[in-house]
Amino acid sequence: MMAPSYNAKEEDGHQPGATGHGGAGTMTNKKPDNTAFKQQRLPAWQPILTAGTVLPAFFVIGLIFIPIGVGLFVTSNNIKEFEIDYTGVDMSSPCYNCSQSYSWNNTQSCTCSVHFSLDQPFESNVFMYYGLSNFYQNHRRYVKSRDDSQLNGDKTSLQSPSKECEPYRSSDKPIAPCGAIANSLFNDTLELYYIDPNGSRTAIPLVKKGIAWWTDKHVKFRNPSGNNNLTVVFQGTSKPVNWRKPVFELDPLDSDNNGFINEDFIVWMRTAALPTFRKLYCIIQKKPNNMTPTLPRGEYILEVTYNYPVRSFDGRKRMILSTISWMGGKNPFLGIAYITVGSVCFCLGLVLLSIHYRYGKRNNSAEISS
Amino acid sequence: MYSLERPVRGQSSSPKDRLGRKRRTVVSSLTEDEDNKVTTTKYSFLSFIPKNLFEQLHRVANIYFIFLAALNFVPVVNAFQPEISIIPILLVLTVTAVKDLWEDYRRHKSDKFINGLLSCGLFYHRKQQTYVDQRWQDVHVGDFVRLSCNEIIPADMLLLYSSDPHGVCYIETANLDGETNLKQRQVVRDLPQQVCENFHSRIECESPNNDLSRFRGYMEYPSKARVGLHNDNLLLRSCTIRNTETVIGIVVYAGHETKAMKNNSGPRYKRSKLERRLNVDVLWSVVLLVIMCLTAAIGHGLWLRNLKEASFLIPDTTSPALSGFYLFWTMIIVLQVLIPISLYVSIEIVKLCQIFFIQNDVDFYNEYMDSRIQCRALNITEDLGQIQYVFSDKTGTLTENKMVFRRCTIAGVEYPHEENARRLEVYEEDEAMGCSHTLKSRASAKSLSCKSLSCNRSSVSLHTLTGHSEGEEPPSPTLPQQSAFSSPLEKDIVPDPFLVQKLNSLSSPLFLLKDASMELTYIVDFFMALAICNTVVVSSPNQPRHVRFGLPRFSTLSPPHTTESPRSFTRRLFSRGKAASFTPSEENKMLHLTLGACSGLGNSNGAQGPPGEPGADELIYEAESPDEAALVHAARAYRCTLQGRSLESLLVELPGMGSLAVRLLHILPFDSTRKRMSVVVRHPLTNQVVVYTKGADSVIMDLAESPKGAEQSDGRQGHIREQTQKHLDNYAREGLRTLCVAKKVLEEEEYEIWLKRHAFAETSIENREELLLESAQRLETNLTLLGATGIVDRLQEEVPETIEALQRAGVKVWVLTGDKQETAINIACACKLLRSTDQLLTANCGSKEACKALLLELRAEVERGEAAEGTSGFTLVVDGRTLDFALQEDLKGDFLELSRRCRAVVCCRSTPLQKSHVVKLVRDQLRVMTLAIGDGANDVSMIQVADVGIGISGQEGMQAVMSSDFAISRFKHLRKLLLVHGHWCYTRLANMILYFFYKNVMYVNLLFWYQFFCGFSGSVMTNSWVLIFFNLLFTSAPPLLYGILDKDVSADTLIKLPELYKSGQNSKAYLPSTFWLTMLDALYQSLVCFFIPYFANAGSDADMLTFGSPINASALLTILLHQVIESCTLTWLHVLVLVGSALFYFSFTLVFSVVCVTCSPPTNPLGVDKLQMSQPLFYGVCALTTVLPHQLAAIASVPMSLPVKLQGLEVPSLCY
Repeated sequence: MMAPSYNAKEEDGHQPGATGHGGAGTMTNKKPDNTAFKQQRLPAWQPILTAGTVLPAFFVIGLIFIPIGVGLFVTSNNIKEFEIDYTGVDMSSPCYNCSQSYSWNNTQSCTCSVHFSLDQPFESNVFMYYGLSNFYQNHRRYVKSRDDSQLNGDKTSLQSPSKECEPYRSSDKPIAPCGAIANSLFNDTLELYYIDPNGSRTAIPLVKKGIAWWTDKHVKFRNPSGNNNLTVVFQGTSKPVNWRKPVFELDPLDSDNNGFINEDFIVWMRTAALPTFRKLYCIIQKKPNNMTPTLPRGEYILEVTYNYPVRSFDGRKRMILSTISWMGGKNPFLGIAYITVGSVCFCLGLVLLSIHYRYGKRNNSAEISS
Repeated sequence: MYSLERPVRGQSSSPKDRLGRKRRTVVSSLTEDEDNKVTTTKYSFLSFIPKNLFEQLHRVANIYFIFLAALNFVPVVNAFQPEISIIPILLVLTVTAVKDLWEDYRRHKSDKFINGLLSCGLFYHRKQQTYVDQRWQDVHVGDFVRLSCNEIIPADMLLLYSSDPHGVCYIETANLDGETNLKQRQVVRDLPQQVCENFHSRIECESPNNDLSRFRGYMEYPSKARVGLHNDNLLLRSCTIRNTETVIGIVVYAGHETKAMKNNSGPRYKRSKLERRLNVDVLWSVVLLVIMCLTAAIGHGLWLRNLKEASFLIPDTTSPALSGFYLFWTMIIVLQVLIPISLYVSIEIVKLCQIFFIQNDVDFYNEYMDSRIQCRALNITEDLGQIQYVFSDKTGTLTENKMVFRRCTIAGVEYPHEENARRLEVYEEDEAMGCSHTLKSRASAKSLSCKSLSCNRSSVSLHTLTGHSEGEEPPSPTLPQQSAFSSPLEKDIVPDPFLVQKLNSLSSPLFLLKDASMELTYIVDFFMALAICNTVVVSSPNQPRHVRFGLPRFSTLSPPHTTESPRSFTRRLFSRGKAASFTPSEENKMLHLTLGACSGLGNSNGAQGPPGEPGADELIYEAESPDEAALVHAARAYRCTLQGRSLESLLVELPGMGSLAVRLLHILPFDSTRKRMSVVVRHPLTNQVVVYTKGADSVIMDLAESPKGAEQSDGRQGHIREQTQKHLDNYAREGLRTLCVAKKVLEEEEYEIWLKRHAFAETSIENREELLLESAQRLETNLTLLGATGIVDRLQEEVPETIEALQRAGVKVWVLTGDKQETAINIACACKLLRSTDQLLTANCGSKEACKALLLELRAEVERGEAAEGTSGFTLVVDGRTLDFALQEDLKGDFLELSRRCRAVVCCRSTPLQKSHVVKLVRDQLRVMTLAIGDGANDVSMIQVADVGIGISGQEGMQAVMSSDFAISRFKHLRKLLLVHGHWCYTRLANMILYFFYKNVMYVNLLFWYQFFCGFSGSVMTNSWVLIFFNLLFTSAPPLLYGILDKDVSADTLIKLPELYKSGQNSKAYLPSTFWLTMLDALYQSLVCFFIPYFANAGSDADMLTFGSPINASALLTILLHQVIESCTLTWLHVLVLVGSALFYFSFTLVFSVVCVTCSPPTNPLGVDKLQMSQPLFYGVCALTTVLPHQLAAIASVPMSLPVKLQGLEVPSLCY
């Protein structure tokens, strides 16, 4: 049957373009290729959930998850954590007075001392956090209110910050750093003293370096270049409304920790995911060549320079001391979850096995029909 | 004057349109009016982007997208950076545009081919006053076109001149309506002689429409005389000139205005049932979205109201209520993914791929025709999996529509033709091989003949002409040709040895007995009748087809070699039939002389040269009905060959006598009331007027029953009648189509009398039809029964198996046929539609009241039968008249009720309109998915009405195919198409859609849960690029693959267990309950996915993106793992795509978190994922979160997988 079409076309003298698939000279045989792909016969594995596949999977999951869970749980339990609320809501609380007389514009700083005792010594490095509750750092408009290129040292953005920063974009001069996040920078100062059994107070050295992510400190946040003198660089900008000092004077002790690369600032700028959060304040480093724990058991005083208002929105402020492990801070949830899931799987496996064993066999004959 | 109407897709214009008040005028001098260029493309190079964009923007889904994008530009509500929200719409628009561009390019290619066809016909050039060659596209309305035999008509034109002395011209319309018989066209009446040179007439005709069978207008000559024009004067585009050497016409419609193009509907767009279901669920998604956004909006308002001054609040004067209102819109942007807009694009892609696989199925390949399945509708693949009713045509669909002479009975003696039977069986076995071989050689001979006429265009088929409607590539141009010929199966009839022997005894010395010679008369008469009692047109491949030979040629064709003696012998033989006087001794010697001439009959097998042997002087018979051709071929096998036909005479070769010219006096054509046809000829040997009649057995038997005839031949006729009737009953039992052949010798006076009255009937104007009928009936009396024939219309292969499988699959099969009741029942039995245990209900009635009563009675019977045991089912047989009543408004309920209870319904004697009415009735009233399958033009309306229309490309040409959604070449393909591909397409698509919903709900809910922890402020814990890409890139490929490749059941099982098809019929894979279950599952999974990371991070120093990172990652893994569990097969492709998607996600986020320093505020991801992926906790969370959601699925599946469910054939809807 193919012959006439072929002949006719050749005699016509013009190979019709519409032949398309045939190709020159070949007879247009339309027989589809008998390949596994085109005939939908690709070798396939059938991931069928049957007793045969599900049961072993349950046991395997159980056997893997339970040890992991135990490991996580133990690790989490080994982590020492101490937390103290210093908001001053209660009349009895030492910071009650400070919390009452609040204003962002207070020039007079209010300090309060909170006594606490550690029941257990903290070995290794201790991380000191401040914690805020009911503080919605993840509010959409709050999160938006920043200018990443300004923080990255872009000079244009320094002089004219992004519109997103409104209404913290400029006062009379452009604000650096602009935006609501920067404006609401946590500005309490925390100091920690160890009270020797003999009564003397020892200031515990708080290291402010290394609390921000490396990428943030070195890549994302940069001071505007050109001059080592930050005062000059930030000339023509004004400090955020709520700040007491300009950005280039954030850390009076360490000149390398000023400007946008101030680590406290960087930590604050990484907006927390949940309304209750903690942020790294400083690190209490393990004393080298010393067998005494970083924070021995005993009495401590937390000296708070109380600046940050949270009472207006029922917020809480906390100070947290914690050691960390390979899995981060203390969190028993994951360990428990693993153990639970693992053992549920295992038990289900057992139950299903018994069901399968009891009822499965009886009907094996019926299976043949399919 | 007229307006160009756009082609109406797939519909014939309404009657109002047809009345067409608008008219058009064609004057020959009119230039540059409408050219014949055909452009089916939608776009041009420049207009593509704006036009495509415009078209796409008309879709509701896209409007939604654009609305969202625009919303994001409103400062108070924006959720992301503006450019991000444009990405989805851009992506969707681009994908759709690429698809449209590709489709348009294909159309463009085929257009270019057609427009560029250089007709070797000649076009009259007005300025040069000569005919010049032109391309098709350069033909204009008002042009004169001269065409030769076998050329394809480039535009609709009015026939002005034909080389035929009678001013007729034959065209073959197979390209257009699939009818292979030739149609006669008439030159416009009273035309002044000079055609082109000074043609000053004006033509008024109706404006272009798509009605192939109607054309009206008039031509006004310069003399102001008007001549009416009708369909007989119109040559339609893409038909082929046959049988006429030259024609000249004037173009009236060109290009898109031609009736062929108006009828060319192109690919069809139907909305599938699944898609309707889907749209409901999309609406539910919208409701869900609104609920979620409302919740967030109210929550935000309340949250704000309870807050006093907070340092994290940006001071403004907006009231909490207004903020809540703004937030509503923000949330709509954030949660937009919930509405699966990309699903629509995905579905289109998946369907295209499904079509690709269907088209590439090697099981649908027909070697004989070198054709595969054509999928013309691109978007209803899944409907194939939900068919509940199949309406099938009979002839050509269930059967081959190849009528083959099987056996005959002459003068009461049965000739079983055992060899012939064996041959048919052999053909059944290796049909493809043998046929294709012989056809090849014959077809090449054909093209040779064309070359001699320098018009070898004949092989360009309609596919190429009508362009884009073709599915894949220009189809084999051989189809129309092939249908014009009969296959060797029909031609090479093996004669019965006994019969040959008897015929040979014409020349045998033993030929002495009176009885034997008497029988011989019958035999010769019988074959004579077969050869001439028809309307078959003869042509020879080595001559231009149908070039008629005038009478002078007859004389040259008259056999010069044959001696007078055998002639005179046979003359005597025949004359004896009348006079009954015969002296054998006289003839003895002469008979010897004929030996030589008849020797060919001696070798029973080699009676004819091998068919298709080049050089063999082969005749080609073209008949209106395949039955006629079969009979002529049968006669030919016994050397009784019809060699030529003209209006007045026939040229017949008789055994031993060579060619004889038979004067044809009258043809009394077949009509359905008489159920017979007759020819009146003057017998060449006896010079008597003889009437040969052939027709339905019942009629002929009655007419032959004449007391006069009985007494005349000593009861011989009675004996013959008795025997023949016995044989006929046998034939019918075998499922053969039977015809009786009879003759009658007229006395001259008798004939004269009849002739007068007949002439009166012919010339009378009133009641002409009735008078002619009466006249014919007057002639066809007192017939002498010669014998009867049995013709096989073989069932196509595997038809019974296919029907049985369909019935097992719960599909009700109806057969709608124009055939008579007996044949229909026969075929129904043969194809196992009707089983021996079935109870047959026949409904034939003459009036509406009777019909109503009958329907009720039958229903009662069915109810009784259902109560009783023993019957496996009921089969209803309805004839056309009863169907007419049953389809009326007040009876259709009863009819449906009755037919619903029957396992099968056979409607016989039904018209095309009735067929479509039946389909429509069932479809609309019972609300079921219907499929109609047919092969001929008479099935077109039914195919168009049904939800799925299937055309069989075969004997009857292309019209059914052109209007169908799928075109297959054999009925048996329906089995795999429905049971396997239909099932797959449906389950795949349904599962993919559900998966899409799942995926979107699952992901969007993660964002929603977060709102409870961010003061309902519309924050997201993910980078916005990742968020947008999550749906569009990271998780889009696996579901596509899932929708294309997944196999819940293997093809073998599906074929073996047709019952599995029922799950698709009941829409089991995608019920409303399934949808909501999926939603719940998604909800559960999103809860797990959100809250495990939440608790793992609660109170920690995690920032937003750090918090979101494991959520995203585990959501992705969960979604992919869900896919693995949901899908039933995993091939390396799946693995590749799944692993690829995961890797893509991780590498994207990783690279993004390294590279993106200040980009994508406020969700700048710098360092986040890099840090995360270096922490064990991340993996710990991801592992737990990914495993936990699937425990439920696993637990749920265990009882399912217990073999309890497998009892009987109730297989669970899971993979198995």
